[in-house]
Amino acid sequence: MAGPSGMRKYIFSKKIDTFFKGLADAWNFVRRFFQEVFVPPYEFKEVIHQCYRIGVESLPLISLTGFIVGIVFTNQSRPSLSEFGATSWLPSLIAIAIVRAMGPLVTALIAAGKVGSGIGAEIASMKVTEQIDAMEVSATNPYKFLVVSRVLATTFMIPVLVMYTDFVALMGAFINVNANELVSISTFFAQVFSSVTFLDIFSSIIKSLFFGFTIGMVGCYKGYTSSKGTEGVGRAANAAVVISMFLIFIEELLSLQIINLFRIK
Amino acid sequence: MDNREKVVVVRNLFKAFGDLEVLKGVNLDLYREENLVVLGRSGTGKSVLIKIMVGLLQQDSGSMQVLGKEISTLGIQELNSLRLKIGFSFQNSALYDSMTVRENMEFPLVRNVKNLTKKEINLRIEELLDAVGLPQTINQMPSELSGGQKKRIGVARTLVLNPEIMLYDEPTAGLDPITCVDINNLINEVRERYKTTSIVITHDLSCAKQTGDRMAVLLEGQFNAIGSFEEVFPHASDERIKSFYDYNFINS
Repeated sequence: MAGPSGMRKYIFSKKIDTFFKGLADAWNFVRRFFQEVFVPPYEFKEVIHQCYRIGVESLPLISLTGFIVGIVFTNQSRPSLSEFGATSWLPSLIAIAIVRAMGPLVTALIAAGKVGSGIGAEIASMKVTEQIDAMEVSATNPYKFLVVSRVLATTFMIPVLVMYTDFVALMGAFINVNANELVSISTFFAQVFSSVTFLDIFSSIIKSLFFGFTIGMVGCYKGYTSSKGTEGVGRAANAAVVISMFLIFIEELLSLQIINLFRIK
Repeated sequence: MDNREKVVVVRNLFKAFGDLEVLKGVNLDLYREENLVVLGRSGTGKSVLIKIMVGLLQQDSGSMQVLGKEISTLGIQELNSLRLKIGFSFQNSALYDSMTVRENMEFPLVRNVKNLTKKEINLRIEELLDAVGLPQTINQMPSELSGGQKKRIGVARTLVLNPEIMLYDEPTAGLDPITCVDINNLINEVRERYKTTSIVITHDLSCAKQTGDRMAVLLEGQFNAIGSFEEVFPHASDERIKSFYDYNFINS
């Protein structure tokens, strides 16, 4: 009979074992996406349907959040700049902050909460109610129909939503700047475009693609591998959000390092 | 009976989930165009048996031949070709709840039968909805249907690919007695009209008596009695089968 310390060691090793098994499962799940995405039949209709759902349904929340971020960030930045008499730099500062970091990050985090949890819950509930099994027994590939289509949709739509968020946030910032510094829209956007470089926009789109892929993949994985009935549906939705957000921050950190290499050159 | 073609042959089939042994050497023959009812208490592995039949689960050992093909040795493409010949009606109907009845029925059809015109698809769907008595539900969502209607649509969806074998998992579970009789009649009609071979998984003896040519009672991981209803039940010598009959069967 193992003593308390032996039991603790056993539980610890079991947890490590489960962790690595989970990691291997997740890797196989992602690998399967790349194996299936280029092979016919293609579920174009479902991809378009999911793009529409992800894009249109997220629009009100993203519009509101982006607009508020623009206004608040401008308001918070003004006192510091005015100390140096540099409030005329507000459009440049805000544009760089929004395009480089805040736009992609805010959009991705909102999408992780709204879209990622939705995907996780939807697929998990399909699993619980045997709808995924029903697809399988009718000789249809559920992975292709459910996972590939959703991951493609999030990967394509998050960059679109990021560009939209950037625009809405800049409009919010303009309203604030216009009200306080009486800057016209043409002057504001002239300054915005003179400070934002191609690398800023390009890197923002590329990292948004990764954010989108992460949100879709994590949501699908947690839904597809959910267990424990209806309780599992809630867990899948919750885990989809938490893990997506965690990975988005890591990706943001990595992308920052990589982009900085290009900037120094 | 033995001269008839065997469409399913199960030999010495074992399946366990962790330490729990569910199937312990199951043997079974299913003949063409017969309705076999598999009976047993909850958790005895009835559904596991038919899930192995369509490749949703894999056996630990033993042999499961369906239409002459050993399920465990099939690749995914061969398995999918075989699945087209097997209709699986799920316990909870498993209708795709984000799709209308029409889209539910189109789903397997458009993905597995190539070059069908829109008119042919509509014709096939309407014919099957007529067959299950629910033509008016074609544009409804599953959430708008009753339990019995869902079961019928579930059966219609499996019939859309003209299966040779129908597997019904608890077809009358959770339904009122009158709807149960309707579903039992539907199972018989499907067999007569589409010449299918069926396995009906149930613990409802009324359903078993009404739909089955043969009964197979699964007890403790093995079939303990196989035969007609009269052979298996009223005078069963095995206490477990006798009590199953005494407790469950309502002689109408």
